[in-house]
Amino acid sequence: MTPEQGLTLEFALTGADFNSAGEASSKIKRTLQLLGIRPDIIRRIAISAYEAEMNVIIHAYRGSIRADIHPNRTEVTVADEGPGIPDIELAMKEGYSTAPDYVREMGFGAGMGLPNMARCTDKFDIKTEAGVGTQLSMTIYH
Amino acid sequence: MAERYHSVRLTDEKCQGCVNCTRRCPTEAIRIRGGKAQITSSRCIDCGECIRYCPGHAKTAVTDELADLKKYKYNIALPAPSLYGQFSVDIPVRAILSGLLKLGFNEVFEVAHGAEIVSLAIRDHLKRKDIPRPAISSACPAIVRLIQVKYPELIDHLAPFDAPVEVAARLARAEAEELPGLTPENIGVWFITPCPAKMTAVYQPLGAEKSNITGAIAISKIYPALLKVVTAELQDARRQASWVGVGWAVSGGETNSVGADNVLIVHDVHHVANVLEQVALGKLKDVDYIEMLACAGGCIGGPLTVENRYVAEHRMKQRISRKKMEDPKFGRLPRTDYSEFELGVAGRRAIEPKPILRLDADITKAMNKIEFMDRTLKSLPGLDCGSCGSPNCKALAEDIAQGLASMTDCVFILRKKVRDLAYEMVDLADKLPPPLDKNQEYEEKEKC
Repeated sequence: MTPEQGLTLEFALTGADFNSAGEASSKIKRTLQLLGIRPDIIRRIAISAYEAEMNVIIHAYRGSIRADIHPNRTEVTVADEGPGIPDIELAMKEGYSTAPDYVREMGFGAGMGLPNMARCTDKFDIKTEAGVGTQLSMTIYH
Repeated sequence: MAERYHSVRLTDEKCQGCVNCTRRCPTEAIRIRGGKAQITSSRCIDCGECIRYCPGHAKTAVTDELADLKKYKYNIALPAPSLYGQFSVDIPVRAILSGLLKLGFNEVFEVAHGAEIVSLAIRDHLKRKDIPRPAISSACPAIVRLIQVKYPELIDHLAPFDAPVEVAARLARAEAEELPGLTPENIGVWFITPCPAKMTAVYQPLGAEKSNITGAIAISKIYPALLKVVTAELQDARRQASWVGVGWAVSGGETNSVGADNVLIVHDVHHVANVLEQVALGKLKDVDYIEMLACAGGCIGGPLTVENRYVAEHRMKQRISRKKMEDPKFGRLPRTDYSEFELGVAGRRAIEPKPILRLDADITKAMNKIEFMDRTLKSLPGLDCGSCGSPNCKALAEDIAQGLASMTDCVFILRKKVRDLAYEMVDLADKLPPPLDKNQEYEEKEKC
């Protein structure tokens, strides 16, 4: 491995699979801890990866999450096949949520996901197409 | 004094090299090497899980002895509330305190007094709008250390107060220093402790330069002597704490005393780790306070107690309800105020992070080690049997990457290697050097 390539961790995600929800972000977090990244930076990466992972599980049919870890930054890419986000501006507002009732009853879907991710990351990019899916790219500098 | 003092120790002769402790340790601090357990000092949080699960009783906690009282002119006992759960409810708390006096202490000062002060301070702390939520209890030293080593990003969630025992020690000491003829050097302040983590906190204080506690004596060590002198009739101890402080012995007691409703109560260090994981992910922000205790059941479940924790819990609950009733009559009302001096605000220093997981100071080397670990882990059986002396296959992969173990430490890999070697030997045994093998060659050719 060379420093330019970095480390890549990739995980497949399945919609409505709450049993393994959070596992991918836990593994990403654990790897960052082994690398000795600063705790407050790890926390921001872990929170944004977790929120993105949960979004796929709550809203999409399937997807994947990938973390590219470089010495100076971590890039998290999440892509899903799902309904897409009809109104991104609305979705970025705190407290706005389209999560179904059964998901909210489990304590998820409070409408904080996207705003949280945007707050925790240095670069945040979202591409979405109704009926096709959503792609998130996030960068956090170490 | 060493940078990291630990109360949890290993008696080498008693260690059979079984792997029970390695698998119970919440920070994966133990490895079996050379047939004996070895504790990695930087990882140990002195929770005492290994003491609890060691079948050979090889793990012990170093605590002080009653004989150490001789070194001081004036000795004060600081009984943890969990001590009261070791005695039948027919023995009032005042009788237990009097028993301690009979054992040679000049004064008793209940840790519960300190707990009352800390309860009020936490109540005020939770009223603040500017603190990170959920706030986390800092009363259990094993949990504070768990956060230092595994969840350093959560340090600012910890309630910024000394543990009740430290508060009690400072007050007891200040009181004694007022007495004629006593100087700080000839006052011994002894904590009667249910757990090794608190013993460690004496020698390596959390959030203070130096502890006001002289030493700690395990409940299990003082119990036999105490049992002989305690009677319901002897009740000459001069004061008692209220239910607010005494309640802290049991899980849920702390939050009850604080009077907060929007709380989470978690006990057992493994469950605590799971909840800390959730807090680290930014969940539970709507919770005000989390009471976290390393021992199942709270301090009454401490590894240095003698009574079964359910029995002790039952007794503590009875004592608490009795104390609540007795309060007005005997002037044991909970206190309503405290001063900054009593809380010890002045001597507080920040709890520092002590992360343990980093593989290498050089991030590129660390990345290489992670890649190597992943490859290694894939070739290990994944049974997590622990026979290699590491707690699980992942930990062995990490130990191999760090050069602290080898592939053949895994019994399954070793067996496969022996089998492959055996096949090769059989195969080789059939082969003969050509000069001795003329017939064979010839026959083969004939057949063709």
